[in-house]
Parts: sequence; structure tokens; C-alpha cells
Amino acid sequence: MTTKQRIWITPTQVELNGTKLPVTAHGGALLTELYRQHVNDYPKFFKMDELSRLGFVAAELLLQAEGDRHSDTDDRAVILFNRCSSLCNDRKYQATIADKNDYFPSPSIFVYTLPNIVTGEIAIRNRYYGETSFYVLAARDYSFMQSVVEASFRDGTTRSALFGWIDCEDHDHFEAYMELVVQ
Amino acid sequence: MVLKIADNIYSPLGKTTEENYAAVKQGHSMLRSYPAGTMDLPEPFTASLFDWDSVDLIDGYTHFESIVIQSVRRALEQTDIDVQAPDVQFILSTTKGNVDLLDSRAPAFPPDRVLPGVSAQYIADYFGFSRVPLVVSNACISGLSAQITALRLLESGACRTAVVAGADVQSRFIISGFGSFKALSPQECRPFDIERIGLNLGEAAATIIYTNSQESSQRHTLTEPIANSQSWQAVRGAVRNDAFHISGPSPKGEGSYRAIRAALGDEPASALAMVNVHGTSTLYNDEMESAAIDRAGLLDVPVNSLKGYYGHTMGAAGVLETVLSMRALDDGIVLGTRGFEDLGVSHRVRVSSQHSKTDRQSFLKLLSGFGGCNAAMLFRKEAGNKL
Repeated sequence: MTTKQRIWITPTQVELNGTKLPVTAHGGALLTELYRQHVNDYPKFFKMDELSRLGFVAAELLLQAEGDRHSDTDDRAVILFNRCSSLCNDRKYQATIADKNDYFPSPSIFVYTLPNIVTGEIAIRNRYYGETSFYVLAARDYSFMQSVVEASFRDGTTRSALFGWIDCEDHDHFEAYMELVVQ
Repeated sequence: MVLKIADNIYSPLGKTTEENYAAVKQGHSMLRSYPAGTMDLPEPFTASLFDWDSVDLIDGYTHFESIVIQSVRRALEQTDIDVQAPDVQFILSTTKGNVDLLDSRAPAFPPDRVLPGVSAQYIADYFGFSRVPLVVSNACISGLSAQITALRLLESGACRTAVVAGADVQSRFIISGFGSFKALSPQECRPFDIERIGLNLGEAAATIIYTNSQESSQRHTLTEPIANSQSWQAVRGAVRNDAFHISGPSPKGEGSYRAIRAALGDEPASALAMVNVHGTSTLYNDEMESAAIDRAGLLDVPVNSLKGYYGHTMGAAGVLETVLSMRALDDGIVLGTRGFEDLGVSHRVRVSSQHSKTDRQSFLKLLSGFGGCNAAMLFRKEAGNKL
């Protein structure tokens, strides 16, 4: 498979195809800055948890660089990996139920206690009807990840994929490394 | 050709596939009503939960890890697989793993034990798997996602044997969350029924072991003969997204329909003994699945849901329900949908509360999950499928 576009986002910097993008904010605010500068037409962003914002913004920048979203198709997969699962948001949800006398579980937080939701957000935004998958590893292992994504092309319909490592421990500790790959 | 060589279900209904099948065939379930105050939750709920005093817990491992280990161990014992071999891949399907460790009252484990990959590594190390374990966390479709991933890795030659386990344990975290969605029924669930109002949660572990028969017929033998001499083949599977909403299914069943079409391929509807659906007993899910089945031209095929026997076992569901469906068809039976009486969906799917006989040899398994994902997988048993 061939990489068409690649992006790397950390709490302090963004690199798109090897070129640093100018940013002034850090951490979670960096993601909001990227959203406002490069997207700014999708208010659902503000309902998303940090993991979903990270993956959403990474995908947006990749697809803008590609120039063609390839919407309304089912031959593009979204296959993401991480180590922390949805821990960042799990902790936030746990806080809403920790005290039985101060108990306020909310569906809009609970829904993000699954790491695959970020793949759903990308699919909804772009109308991708293809495969969406999420895997968790004890540590990033790029060659193992590649073998899983390469095997995904055996689906027979899948011809391209948004693929990468989208990990978020809290709003100051996250990393996205995402590629647009084609068979 | 990817064939099943062993399986196990470790659930509140029994510690082996045989015990589970015998209980389900009798119409039993461990769905029980729990009063308000259980797990410090404010509302009563109905669920299928382990009696932890009769589970073989393992010192130094969490409840979640203990049931996975007990299930995997029982499946491995049916084979002579050398788990240390470099071509054996362990794949674990779970939605929330050790999330109960986030509760301050949970037993003390190091903080990173809540991470599913770390937990999976402890389980893998218990058995001595030499390959890094892969965790599938794809919401409620994880159990099929994991089997589809196994199928691909086996067919591509990335591994020669795949040990696929699925498990979840219930907790205040999960029950309160589904409660916040108003998705739970306080009574026993009623898949596809006109009076259904929600799902029941459940917990279980299940394991299925696949091998690539072209590669492995000289290398693995079975230490006990399987129930009959025919083997189950994992034929084809697909995952597709609704691209509609992160927590509600597409009313037209878009993703489910596309997954069904892709998984079925050219298998004729007349070859299918049944479609074993997700059938959680929520208003939206069951309606959506009936729409997808209608669009796919499968209204003549019997449809069943197993959620009335186990509740929704989340990460375990895809593996447990596949194993049980295979066992039932080995017995020539399409299991009835426990809890169903009168059809309450707008597409006339063939659901029955009673077990029925069949001599058909293939089935489709469906699942759907939060995030808009849907999975479908085709399984087939033929006289020619021998190791």
C-alpha cells in the first residue's frame, strides 16, 4: 500500500507531509485552534471528546491536503489504533458517577467512553459507508499495525484507508499519527 | 480455508459450550432482577451476571482477566497448539475491559492495568503467547470484528492459528451509562416483540480458535474428536458504517445492509439456516435490523436473537453468539428467541420463540454498535470441511 498524505499532531506541534503548520496554542486548545483555522464548519466538533477531536482534525487536514474527500463511498476504511483506549473520557465519565450522592451520568459523555467513536465521527462527516475499526495495543507497533491494515484490503471492497495511531491520555498528553493510504 | 478447531463459552449459564447449549436448549437464562442499591445504582435493573463466588478467580488477575483466562484455557485444552509458536495470534475482543478499576473501591492494581492492551498482555503472558496480543475495541461489534480480523490475518498468512476471545464484565460504570441512555429494560428483554422497551446487560467470556487448514493440517491435531466430523468454516465477513449518528442506528439499516451484502456474497438465502442478529430488544436496533434484512431479501430466512438467554454481553457477544449458533446447528436446531411473542417491527422478519429443526448448513451473524458500525459474517459447515 502507498501513503498519499501523512499528519503528525502532538500537544505542541503539527506536521503535515513533513511541513510544520503554524500554531500558537498547546494541548487541547491546539486542537480547537486547528479546527477554527482549517475547518470551522462543523459545530459537532464541540460536542466531541478529546480523542474524537484529535482524530477528526487529523482526518480533516489529511483530506484537505488530498483535495478530494471521496464522500458517499464504501471503499474507504477508517482503521485506528491506540494504547489508552478511551481512558481520557472514561475518567471524565467516572467522575459523574463516583459519588452516589452527586450522581449525574450523561449519555453525551458516556457515548465517548468507546474508542471507536472517533471512527464514526469521521465516517459521518465524510459519508463513508465502508469499514470502521478500532484496535488497542500495549505499545505502538507500526509494522503490526501495517499488517492489520494491509490485511483489511482483503475485504475486497476497501481500496483506501485512513489509518493511524490516535492516542489521548489527557488534554496535555496526546498524539496522532495518521495516513491516507491506498492499495 | 479458515476452520474452527475449538471453542468455549464461560458464562453465568455454564463453564463449557456444552453446559451453555444444554441450558439454552432448555430455555434457561441467568437474567435476574437486581434491586435499586445494587452496585450503589439508584434504579433496579435486570441482568445476567456471574456469581463471583463460583467463578475460578485467579490470584493477581482481575475479574475480567480471570474469565478470559478460564475460557481460553478450556478452548486450548481441546487442541495441541503450541501457543509459544511465532505463528499463533491471540486476539481479544472487549469494549471496556478493566474499566471497573477506575472505581476507587476497586482492588488495587497498577494504574496502567486499566489499559486494554496491557491487560491483554498479562493474559497472553499467563499462557505464554509469544506474539503481541491484539485488542479489538469496536463497540458492540467487537466479537465479529475480532473474528473478521482473524480471518484476514490467517488468509494473508500473517499467522497460522488465531485464538479469538471476547469478554466483558458489568460494572457501575457500564450499567449507569446505558441507564443514562434510557436503553435498559427493568424486566427481561423481548427482542423484536411489540412490547419491547430496552435491553438487559450481561457478562461472559467466549473463545473460538481458528486455523488455516491448508497450512495446518499436518501441524495441529485435536486431542478429542469434535461432535461430528464436519468443521465450521469462517467464510467471509464485513464491517460497514451507517455514516448517520454515533449512538442511534440508521433507520434504513444502511451499514447493516451493506455488511450483509458484502458478507453473503453469492451464498443463496435458501442455504441459510438462520440470521442470528444483534437483537438487543431496543426499539431502534430491532427495527433497524428488520429493515436491513428486508432490503437484503432475507425475509424468508429464520431470524433469531440470543440476548434473551444472556443479555447483551458486549465484547463477548460476537464470539459467544457465534459459538452457540454453531453448536445449535450441529444439533440441527435453530434456537428460538427467548422473550419474543408478537412481532413489533415493521418488516416481517421470521422470528419465533420456539426452537425449530433445520438441515441447512450455513448462517449469517449480525451485530451493530455505537459509532454507527455494523458487522456481518457468514459461517458454513460442509462435509468437505475436514482438517
